[in-house]
Amino acid sequence: MNVVMVDSGGANIGSVVYALERLGVKARLSADPELIQAAERVILPGVGAAAEGMRRLGEHGLVELIPRLRQPVLGICLGMQLMFQGSAEGATDCLGVFQGRAGLLPDDPDHRVPHMGWNGLRFPRSCPLFQGVEQGSHVYFVHSYALPVTDDIVAVADHGIEFGAAAWRDNFYATQFHPERSAWVGERILKNFLELPCS
Amino acid sequence: MLARRIIPCLDVKDGMVVKGVQFRNHRVMGDIEELAERYRDWGADELVFYDITASPDGREVDHGWVERVARRINIPFCVAGGIRSVRSAGMVLNAGADKISVNTPALENPGLIDELAEAFGSQCVVVGVDSLQTETGYTVKQYTGDPDRMTDARRDTGQWMREAQDRGAGEFVLNCMNQDGVKRGYDVDQLKLMRQSLTVPLIASGGAGTVQHFIDVFQQADVDGALAATVFHSGEIEIPGLKADLARAGIPIRQEQQP
Repeated sequence: MNVVMVDSGGANIGSVVYALERLGVKARLSADPELIQAAERVILPGVGAAAEGMRRLGEHGLVELIPRLRQPVLGICLGMQLMFQGSAEGATDCLGVFQGRAGLLPDDPDHRVPHMGWNGLRFPRSCPLFQGVEQGSHVYFVHSYALPVTDDIVAVADHGIEFGAAAWRDNFYATQFHPERSAWVGERILKNFLELPCS
Repeated sequence: MLARRIIPCLDVKDGMVVKGVQFRNHRVMGDIEELAERYRDWGADELVFYDITASPDGREVDHGWVERVARRINIPFCVAGGIRSVRSAGMVLNAGADKISVNTPALENPGLIDELAEAFGSQCVVVGVDSLQTETGYTVKQYTGDPDRMTDARRDTGQWMREAQDRGAGEFVLNCMNQDGVKRGYDVDQLKLMRQSLTVPLIASGGAGTVQHFIDVFQQADVDGALAATVFHSGEIEIPGLKADLARAGIPIRQEQQP
């Protein structure tokens, strides 16, 4: 399968590539608009700050391209936040695939920020990404900014407040957590993404 | 709700997993990747690899095994030992580690914590602290990988951890040396004291011998995770059973098993 990971810079892209390899898929890392457009699956990973992520996408002409893609697209962590309208992090405008803007998680002594570790998922409605994944399953999060629970949200987690842990609209999917580091549950989610029908 | 983490620690020396008692008499426990996979299958929430030979010899970790581990396991892991610069930290993170941990190099050059947090984000930057209880309080030890070079860092444990947090540390592993390897339980008093003065996650290390020790450290010290080595390597405590007991005690825990 022709899977392209959008090369948006930043460290630790490797763990997503390795997770796909364990599922028998060799992903290609690229920022080339033609290769991205021709892919059967596109993954938008991301670690780091929103403004820097958007700047890198802009440099390669991907800000216009990504929202127009027709194949299944998966944003992971910062990649999810970039697919929304914007982020409070650096007051950044983002791709606008999903409605809503990321805000900083509130911290208190019982809910430390960054939100780092394994948290349970609740599914308000069904989504093909979570086929075979039980309510309450734990996945691995590392983030300080989070999305509000809107109509696009298909998985919710709780860290002092409820926030959007995954989103789905048409061919666009996104997870705030790291499926590549979420053990067997994460592997099932990535497998589900690879097995989605092409539109 | 965020689950409390169970973290097996694999001390790495010369490319093998070893274990010593109070940092001495290291015995070979087995192959790095094999043990990493075993703990993944047993439901470990995260792994920490300490290259205990690296810091005293002035060497950096061998990056080859980091990438091999990253290819094989599907849970987060942290690499410690011999990381002295943004460059060496970047190599370990790019090889697939989720976090890096600094101990002695941060004591020698506290500005390293600021540099690492700036370059990779606080969420990647763990500071390891080896703390010894003395008559006057809790004090930090350095060069703990080598008994012949281990010295007092002349720092109060609490003060050092608060300074490191201000500089950008995203998590601490606090190893309570009086307890390490002797299985009499975690140092709940010290951990509770430090937990109350920090806002970032705190991982307890040193002293685990029974399931009750894990229950006590989560319930009494409110730590985010508990690290152990000997009891897991020897099979005295099996992680699935430990997690079931923690859940029964009302501690939020991740219990999904490999299907």
